[in-house]
Amino acid sequence: MPSSATPPPPPSPGTPGGSPVLELRALTRTHGSGIAEVHALRGIQLAVYPGELVAVMGPSGSGKSTLLTLAGGLDTATSGQVVIEGQDIAALGPKGMAALRRRSVGYVFQDYNLIPALTAAENIALPRELDGVSVRKARKEALAALAELKLEEIADRFPDEMSGGQQQRVAIARALVGDRRLVLADEPTGALDSETGEAVLALLRTRCDQGAAGVMVTHEPRYAAWADRVVFLRDGSIVDQTLTTGADSLLSAGTAEAAT
Amino acid sequence: MSIRHGLLALLERGPRYGSRLRTEFESRTGSTWPLNVGQVYTTLSRLERDGMIVQDGSDDAGHDLYTITDDGRAELRNWFETPVDRTSPPRDELAIKLAMAVGAPGVDIRDVIQSQRHHTLKAMQDYTRLKAQALADVPANRDEVAWLLVVEQLIFQAEAEARWLDHCESRLVRLAEAAATEPAADPGPAAARGPARTPAGRTRSKR
Repeated sequence: MPSSATPPPPPSPGTPGGSPVLELRALTRTHGSGIAEVHALRGIQLAVYPGELVAVMGPSGSGKSTLLTLAGGLDTATSGQVVIEGQDIAALGPKGMAALRRRSVGYVFQDYNLIPALTAAENIALPRELDGVSVRKARKEALAALAELKLEEIADRFPDEMSGGQQQRVAIARALVGDRRLVLADEPTGALDSETGEAVLALLRTRCDQGAAGVMVTHEPRYAAWADRVVFLRDGSIVDQTLTTGADSLLSAGTAEAAT
Repeated sequence: MSIRHGLLALLERGPRYGSRLRTEFESRTGSTWPLNVGQVYTTLSRLERDGMIVQDGSDDAGHDLYTITDDGRAELRNWFETPVDRTSPPRDELAIKLAMAVGAPGVDIRDVIQSQRHHTLKAMQDYTRLKAQALADVPANRDEVAWLLVVEQLIFQAEAEARWLDHCESRLVRLAEAAATEPAADPGPAAARGPARTPAGRTRSKR
């Protein structure tokens, strides 16, 4: 480990308000044991606040994807805690976990992961229906979400009738439909061209500005730059991060200007 | 950066006086490369000397107006048609710094890389915020479009640097691993020495 690898700053970035939507406490994940033991994550400490988009960068094998999988409860930590909206997810049973995943966490994957047999609107409505919302209400919400993305015209299209960019935007809409406030995105711009990738990032950014918390793994600096904070991982540890100093003043100055 | 051609391009749109040229240049480029009035007037007098512009009358407020000549138009057209020369790149401090950091005593080159990466990403975050702000409303006039292009150029340039830094780091790691697996005569921290073992390293990396 290089000596300048300053200990990661305290989890609070200061600017965003409220309590963290996601908190990783001393999170460790080890694969195998004995000689074959691999430390995928070593004591990760990270808090993500409402309104904040955090980008996680690092060379392959640095633990980026493991971090995201643990944060979403798709894998179990070797030690440490994942706390989502104040709840330690280890304390939830499988049922509670499933409910939390449905209600609090949205995922966006590189390959979109829309259900091919469902239309755009149905894909977005599905998690709500699973959660007991009426079909009618869920569809209404889905259409509203699509309208917000100016994607009304593809509401009844199936994934294979949409472009990659459209699929990914639908996936983001699905990830944040309902009251979910945490979106976890794994290389969301992976296969998209530069401008479409940007539209996807702009959408994630907007969602976070509206109060969601986002964590995005990416190896593309240009997309990471849309985040409030960039966290650098190396060999399973956070070695550095850019902080949000001045970001909000810059942004709000801009918004104020745009409003006049 | 060619102030000379920038001013000619602005003058092609009609006669202008010095401080207006300065304002227009800056609003096009978002004050990325601020000009002082002195630079504007020095450039104008050289352009006048070279027959590219003439001083021609003044406006109601008494500002001396400059007008582009046919020679100036030809020069400007030529500028647009000729690619910017990339064969003799300007000195790049970061490239020099990393080159010097290879094997430098007491310097961990990965630290140098990381602190630069931090700085570069931070700059990109700032540029991206400016860009998001510029995109919040569809750019309404050519100054806004021009500024968007300039800020995106800054982003792409910083991105190239960040990618290059990533590449340097993984290159050094790979070279260090290769050095470590060779029956080394001299055990010890290999990271900083990797690139110094050039014959083997270079042959491998070219394949």
